[in-house]
Amino acid sequence: MTTGSTSTRPDSRRTGAAERGGLLLEGVTLTLGDGDATVTALDDVDLRVAPGEFVAIVGPSGAGKSSLLAVAGALTTPDSGRVLLDGVDIARASSREKARHRRERIGFVFQSGNLIPALTSLDQLRFALDVAGMRAADGHDPHELLERVGMAHRAGHRPHQLSGGERQRVGIARALVTRPSVLLVDEPTAALDRARSDDIVALLAHETHESGVATVMVTHDHDVLGHCDRVLTMVDGRLSE
Amino acid sequence: MFLAWRELIFARARFGLMGGVVALIAVLVVLLSGLSSGLVNDGVSGLQRLPVTAFAFAEGTKTDSAFSRSVVDVKQAEAWRGRDDVGDATPFGNMLVNAKATTAGGAQVPIDLALFGVDPGSFLAPDVAEGSRLGEPDGIVVSRTVLDEGVAVGDTVVIDRLGTRLKVIGVTGDQHTFGHVDVAYLPLRTWQQVHAGAGPDDEVRAGAYEEATAIALRARDGDRIDLAAGDAAVGTTSMTLEESFGASPGYTAETATLTLIQVFLYAISALVVGTFFTVWTIQRKHELAVIRAMGASTGYLMRDTMIQATVILAVSTAVGFLLGVGGGTLLTTTPMPFALEAGPLVVAALLLIGLGLAGAAAAVGRIVRVDPLAALGGQR
Repeated sequence: MTTGSTSTRPDSRRTGAAERGGLLLEGVTLTLGDGDATVTALDDVDLRVAPGEFVAIVGPSGAGKSSLLAVAGALTTPDSGRVLLDGVDIARASSREKARHRRERIGFVFQSGNLIPALTSLDQLRFALDVAGMRAADGHDPHELLERVGMAHRAGHRPHQLSGGERQRVGIARALVTRPSVLLVDEPTAALDRARSDDIVALLAHETHESGVATVMVTHDHDVLGHCDRVLTMVDGRLSE
Repeated sequence: MFLAWRELIFARARFGLMGGVVALIAVLVVLLSGLSSGLVNDGVSGLQRLPVTAFAFAEGTKTDSAFSRSVVDVKQAEAWRGRDDVGDATPFGNMLVNAKATTAGGAQVPIDLALFGVDPGSFLAPDVAEGSRLGEPDGIVVSRTVLDEGVAVGDTVVIDRLGTRLKVIGVTGDQHTFGHVDVAYLPLRTWQQVHAGAGPDDEVRAGAYEEATAIALRARDGDRIDLAAGDAAVGTTSMTLEESFGASPGYTAETATLTLIQVFLYAISALVVGTFFTVWTIQRKHELAVIRAMGASTGYLMRDTMIQATVILAVSTAVGFLLGVGGGTLLTTTPMPFALEAGPLVVAALLLIGLGLAGAAAAVGRIVRVDPLAALGGQR
């Protein structure tokens, strides 16, 4: 939709109710490192992901895919540009406000799940609600969500008792339990075999369409791209269709 | 709260080991506190029980030898008594002797005694729980602890070398000891004879009846005694009762040693807890990054860790104190100087928990430096 190097459009937020939701990056630039060894991780990146849309970003290592997730996920402050979540610009937020945006608007799915070792599958979801300061009524019902990702039978198991695919399913449920408006997915199939990878990405696509979340998935895995609504390529910090 | 409890249970072996160390330290702290209290009792309970505000020793007396070296003139009591802020003043004699007690059964028991020479009519004369009060020239009132030696009221005590015969006429209600030696109160005049080295048949040298170790001072009700002004006027060197404890043989060295050991224990405990939580935080660095990426505030994570520290410290201190008090109760029945007192134990428990929390707090400061960005990528 809005990739390329068009200059920022100040009126883009007001173009319609539908466009207010989701994720919008405008002219985002990010330089990493200091002194002589600076790298342009993101070079004037524009990206719009509508609610319920599943966008994949592929590209070689070091192309800036993780930086894109970090900026969109309120983990890093870009040098310039705007990052809008639900129409709210988070690019200049303080670290305290960033944490609040992460709790309230963003869901992360990490490589190999990154679950908390001490918690059962069900508690992973309840913990995410606790961190966000939500009661179960504000978010999704954890039991129901586990059921939806096909993990109800593993509700009482801890991460070390789960397979890689199962961990990733719990990780997806954990990211969605707070009803985020943006879901950011980092290499979800890095540790999985082909059949499992396909299942997981199919699940992500299904949940994205089902819950109307704007999903960005960074991946190396070209076999799973069939499930995505759009595929963008990132090279040297630049994004293209 | 949510994560703190679940992690405590999940990592119970690790937390248990750390708690075990703290519990063992707590046991040691209790035993040392008991030993400390016991030694204080053994060293200065005889002085503590005296209704005295301060002692006036001979001019220029040093603390460490005050009771053994000082000799004052009994007339100086009059001078002190005349001062406005002094309620009462009376001569006090103090010396250590070896003696043999002959019990009713005829057995000879060697005992060491701290002879406290007091005027039977003065405020220093001790209350008795058994027998009669001071009065007869050869009658002595002994500390309750003398009964443990097998000596009873009515028994005779003969001072070694001098051959002075004394009779046990009364026993105090509680422990009166001085420098680990049981106290025997006796009339000042008898004390002066013994102090002058005169046996029953010897002539008492001139001036002996003018001598005492110190003048015991009691403040007028609600008053503090201006010791400096009094010393200048009377020509003495005064110490408050607490200061005079330092003159009890071995007292300063013993209390300093025990205090040093206890200070080390507190420091070790705080370091153990601090180290544990440092390692615990470093081990969970990636996990903490994930939780921060999920939007948890620094305060949320710190609170969780401090809850864990509080629970572990409270439980292990409680367990250690129960074991320590249990073991200590057995020790109080032995001749070891050991006394469990609630006050010092409560202070010790609070110190152990407080310093442990300080150690944990220093460690969790690291959480601030965990970058949520580390959650991205494949560190696992």
